[in-house]
Amino acid sequence: MTDIDLNTVEGLTTALEKGNRRALARVISHIENNTDLAMPLLAALYPRSGKAHIIGVTGAPGTGKSTLVNALAGVYRQQGLTVGIIAIDPTSPFSGGALLGDRVRMRDLAGDPGVFIRSMATRGSLGGLAQATADVIMVLDAAGFDRIIIETVGVGQSEVEIASAAYTTVVVEAPGLGDEVQAIKAGILEIADIFAVNKADREGVDRTVMALKMMLNLGAPEKFQIMHHGRMLPVHLPDLEHLPEGWTPPVLKTIATSGEGTEALFDAIENHRLYLEQSGGRILRDRLRAATELRMILRDYLLEELLARTDANVLEALVEAVARRELDPYTAVRQLVHENND
Amino acid sequence: MDRKVRVLVAKPGLDGHDRGAKIIARALRDSGYEVIYTGIRQTPDMIAEAALQEDVDVVGLSILSGAHMALVPRVIEKLKELGMEDVVVLVGGIIPDEDVQALLEMGVAGVFGPGTLTPEIVETIEKALGRQPV
Repeated sequence: MTDIDLNTVEGLTTALEKGNRRALARVISHIENNTDLAMPLLAALYPRSGKAHIIGVTGAPGTGKSTLVNALAGVYRQQGLTVGIIAIDPTSPFSGGALLGDRVRMRDLAGDPGVFIRSMATRGSLGGLAQATADVIMVLDAAGFDRIIIETVGVGQSEVEIASAAYTTVVVEAPGLGDEVQAIKAGILEIADIFAVNKADREGVDRTVMALKMMLNLGAPEKFQIMHHGRMLPVHLPDLEHLPEGWTPPVLKTIATSGEGTEALFDAIENHRLYLEQSGGRILRDRLRAATELRMILRDYLLEELLARTDANVLEALVEAVARRELDPYTAVRQLVHENND
Repeated sequence: MDRKVRVLVAKPGLDGHDRGAKIIARALRDSGYEVIYTGIRQTPDMIAEAALQEDVDVVGLSILSGAHMALVPRVIEKLKELGMEDVVVLVGGIIPDEDVQALLEMGVAGVFGPGTLTPEIVETIEKALGRQPV
């Protein structure tokens, strides 16, 4: 192990290809910290990626995501597939620190060389998180993991962005987290390929499942019951026989702590993978992602380039002028761009 | 500061008292570190492997069972085996005075008993990593 130089791009990528886990961990750090090696590492590894199936798991805090990921990874291992896991937790906006505790629920996976778990903090970077995550996914992909699971806390916009990096997004819900319908945010419905109602041994699970199915307008019975101000009301749904062909997100019940339902979840994910491959959805998603990725990187690159060429005093003066309302921000931006390109 | 210091907080051995470890984990987060908390009943193998995957700079071991003289050397050895000899190892818990020196000689960078204030731990970490104290 000591004969490999883990301080060079060449050494790191060679070791990573041979399955050296230390090298893999170092590469991820370089990318997270955006060191001088980050760019050449990404360039070297990118052509080797693109084989893994990427699964996003998201949902509100307390739904049991980590435990579910633990159980799901266990099923994948039984099937002889290797799993890379990225567990994302928020960075504290006050201290800049983070408490990453997802490993506590993943101890069953410890000591298995077919599993690699990396905890990531959001580090407060707004759009940057999605990019850093996409880059780390790519590294795990290039390292040869068959499946990559990204676990995100379902609060805010970030999980929607991260979901765009996944081929299959599993949204985890749990009964008893307040009003079932309200708890299901609009954005999350759109990103879900599969719903897992976890903690299915708890009271109210059927209500949560039904609420989800209703929101999805699934091929449901004609008559439905919903709760309205605490009273059950019958609702008539339109004819749903002739929905356009495509993927209908299944709603599954799971109990992650006992493993119940996790094999069905595995089946659903693998069915979705096959569906994407056969329908051309995977190619479509890859193209969409490439387009978004290029735009995002271009935007960041141009911003950095421009700011590097801009006199700090000039920028400061413009900020001051905008703050005093002597200048509007749009004109300020135009001035900045044109001054630098003249 | 682009480069974040990553700290693994783990409880090796069989005692299940994790309140101290959790308090330390939170205090270190509030000091600006990225803390990976692994929970109780970790074997030295599990700790070293987690330290490797997470590429941490520091491993903090919380031990209340009295088994520190058995557990700490095994963790240090495992870390070395995995090429992580540069990782700063700290020990927290109830450690008799006569064992503190022995632990420091093994390569532990700091031993902290009950009531230790966070700044002391932060200072030890920063010094061991060769950084300027914040």
